[in-house]
Amino acid sequence: MCSRFRNGSKRAVMLLSVSTLFVSACHREQRSFSTPMPAAQQTNVIVSELLPGNAKRPPPDPHRKEFENNAYHIAEGKRLFDEFNCTGCHSHGGGGMGPALMDDQWSYGGELEQIYMSISQGRPNGMPAFGLKIPEQERWELAAYVRSMTGNVPKAAAPSRDDHMQTKPTEARTPRQPPIPSGPPPASLGTSP
Amino acid sequence: MRKHPVIPRALPFIALATVLLTFDASSQAVPTPPASPAPQDDGTWTMPAKNYASTRYSSLAQITTENVKNLHVAFTFSTGVLRGHEAAPLVVNQTMYVVTPYPNTLFALDLARPDAPLKWRYEPKPLAAAQGVACCDVVNRGAFYYGGRVYFATLDGQAVAVDAANGKEVWRKRLGNINLGETITMAPLVVKGKVLVGNSGGELGVRGWLTALDADSGKIVWKAYSTGPDNEVLIGADFKPHYASDRGKDLGVKTWPPEAWKLGGGTVWGWISYDPELNLIYYGTGNPGPWNPDQRPGDNKWTSGIFARDADTGAARWFYQSVPHDVHDYDAVNEIVLLDMPVDGKIRKVLVRPERNGYLYVIDRQSGEVLSADAYGNVNSTSGVDLETGRPTVNEEKTPQLGKVIRDICPASPGAKDWNPSSYSPRTGLLYIPHINLCMDAESLEANYIAGTPYVGMNVKMYAGPGGNRGVLTAWDIAARKPKWEIKEDLPLWSGALATAGDLVFYGTMDGLFKAIDARTGELKWQFKTGSGIIGQPIAYKGPDGKQYVAVLSGVGGWSGAVVAGQLDTRDPSGALGFVSAMSDLPDKTTRGGMLYVFALP
Repeated sequence: MCSRFRNGSKRAVMLLSVSTLFVSACHREQRSFSTPMPAAQQTNVIVSELLPGNAKRPPPDPHRKEFENNAYHIAEGKRLFDEFNCTGCHSHGGGGMGPALMDDQWSYGGELEQIYMSISQGRPNGMPAFGLKIPEQERWELAAYVRSMTGNVPKAAAPSRDDHMQTKPTEARTPRQPPIPSGPPPASLGTSP
Repeated sequence: MRKHPVIPRALPFIALATVLLTFDASSQAVPTPPASPAPQDDGTWTMPAKNYASTRYSSLAQITTENVKNLHVAFTFSTGVLRGHEAAPLVVNQTMYVVTPYPNTLFALDLARPDAPLKWRYEPKPLAAAQGVACCDVVNRGAFYYGGRVYFATLDGQAVAVDAANGKEVWRKRLGNINLGETITMAPLVVKGKVLVGNSGGELGVRGWLTALDADSGKIVWKAYSTGPDNEVLIGADFKPHYASDRGKDLGVKTWPPEAWKLGGGTVWGWISYDPELNLIYYGTGNPGPWNPDQRPGDNKWTSGIFARDADTGAARWFYQSVPHDVHDYDAVNEIVLLDMPVDGKIRKVLVRPERNGYLYVIDRQSGEVLSADAYGNVNSTSGVDLETGRPTVNEEKTPQLGKVIRDICPASPGAKDWNPSSYSPRTGLLYIPHINLCMDAESLEANYIAGTPYVGMNVKMYAGPGGNRGVLTAWDIAARKPKWEIKEDLPLWSGALATAGDLVFYGTMDGLFKAIDARTGELKWQFKTGSGIIGQPIAYKGPDGKQYVAVLSGVGGWSGAVVAGQLDTRDPSGALGFVSAMSDLPDKTTRGGMLYVFALP
């Protein structure tokens, strides 16, 4: 309801500002259900720490602000994590067929846009490419939820309960673990994806 | 008494005396492996099960309970692979063959030269992506030597034939599709010029099958599915199951909701035995999919049971479903030991199967009739097997329900025993069963099918069963239908067992100890700490120098060891389909790394 005028005319924006004064709770958080997103700056997503020629690290992807601070998106990500069978391989973050996602080790980067790219493109040691299966917004939501598993989203936005058998402390209670780029060990060692 | 100067003349008498003594010792005759599938031991080890009867027994007796204390490392070899090493090495023609987990490299070691240097290696280069659809670590359970070639399967679903002399590829055949979730982890069995291979993927909505390939060309001779219409299961006029519930047309379709059989599991990832006299092969089928039982009401034929098939045509002869409508992931793929033994005063041709559901079955291998089924572990999910119907009596209290957590289900999903094979010694009449003692809490959830991703629908947390020990080695007296003795192990036993004529039983633990125990008493006689946890299958062979050797692969992993092999996070007990819950201490006890260890007397 509140976001109806978001991209509207100047008058609408004014109206919105006025109404915000009275219904401030409405702007606590925005829920975009299937709004078109700005295209991911995919060419700028890097996974190496080595930037030849002292190149400048690209700025954080604008999706971080939109998704990492948003309880609705993260909660949706948690639901989708089950529905797209992510749980089947990564369990509730501890891993199984796939690697753990609740630790600080990140083969292909642990920032939001890096996780988004891993989900979209797949990774050679067994991560399927979900870009052709899951709509873009849902992939961002999944990535934001994965970030919450390591406590890297605001506590207020992280899920604080499970709908099913509690297997571990919830994401809201997970201590923050900044991602450490570990890099994928060579495939010939038979490593997990 | 006067000494007998002519020893050869005395030998038959000694042999006879031994036989008489054996008969005397246990009022009943000791079950014997039939001679045709278990011929005289020539000191080689050409298949993981040792012989078609799957006894995994070595008649070499140089290493005994007396001298085993002197056993020492003869040589080692690093496989360079960090995942779970479940395979048995093979030894033939002065060469040892070792197949690794993914990337499934086959190494040949030259036993004729000092320290067994590498002769050659063969790299099949399977698809790396296959690692992402392997449910329970990227394991391989071994190769098979037959007619100058080594046969094995790759994780990404290919069967390969390699020239045993030089490591050159003879043929390769793609059988599985990783985009349907299919992998192959089992060791093939070669019978009468046909390579028998089955698929894995019961946790990914895969439809199970066993196929026979021409050993010379790799061409498919027949393929038998575990679900679906009779013509695809190779059920025809010869099919004569013992129990009424297995009779009827197209039960592989009718015992499922519409179309569910297409995703129904029943994968063939375990062991096959073969009786040349009856010309029958015996193997088990895996769990039905998904784990959530509410999505597949019915008996779910022909999952979680044993097939007997004609070795030439694959035509089904009989089927016994040890777990109709499985609700706990009790696959029925464990080893099948062929024995001849008296039952009620009559010699019966039987097969013996320590089943994942916790019962040790003795089944008439001609008819499929269950002669006895006795619990060998802690079981509360069922209360015995009804011999009239062949069905276990299900304890409904322990059956999962959607959205409800059911607690204290015993055994847990990996069963009272998983894939790791037991060994039978005809000298003691005991089956040495390396197994586990785990129970679980389970909550069933709706499973969503997306091809090439998991299709499970169950939240699981496992933990140690009654007694607190997670592993057990049971010496089961087959004739007496009860355990003779047990060894409790802290960690689950995930390695195979090897019994030898020196009256020793070898097995390994997940923290890396390789142990030799007295086959009659269970007394620990010797142990050696290897570099990583042991989940491999020990073997014994006669080296070119005439000495007895014992070999085993060390390298932790598998479903139970995924917590170490996959570097999983122990804070999530639901990891690795709930196995992490029971194994959170393993990372403190062992690290990964594949290494072959070979032992001998000085």
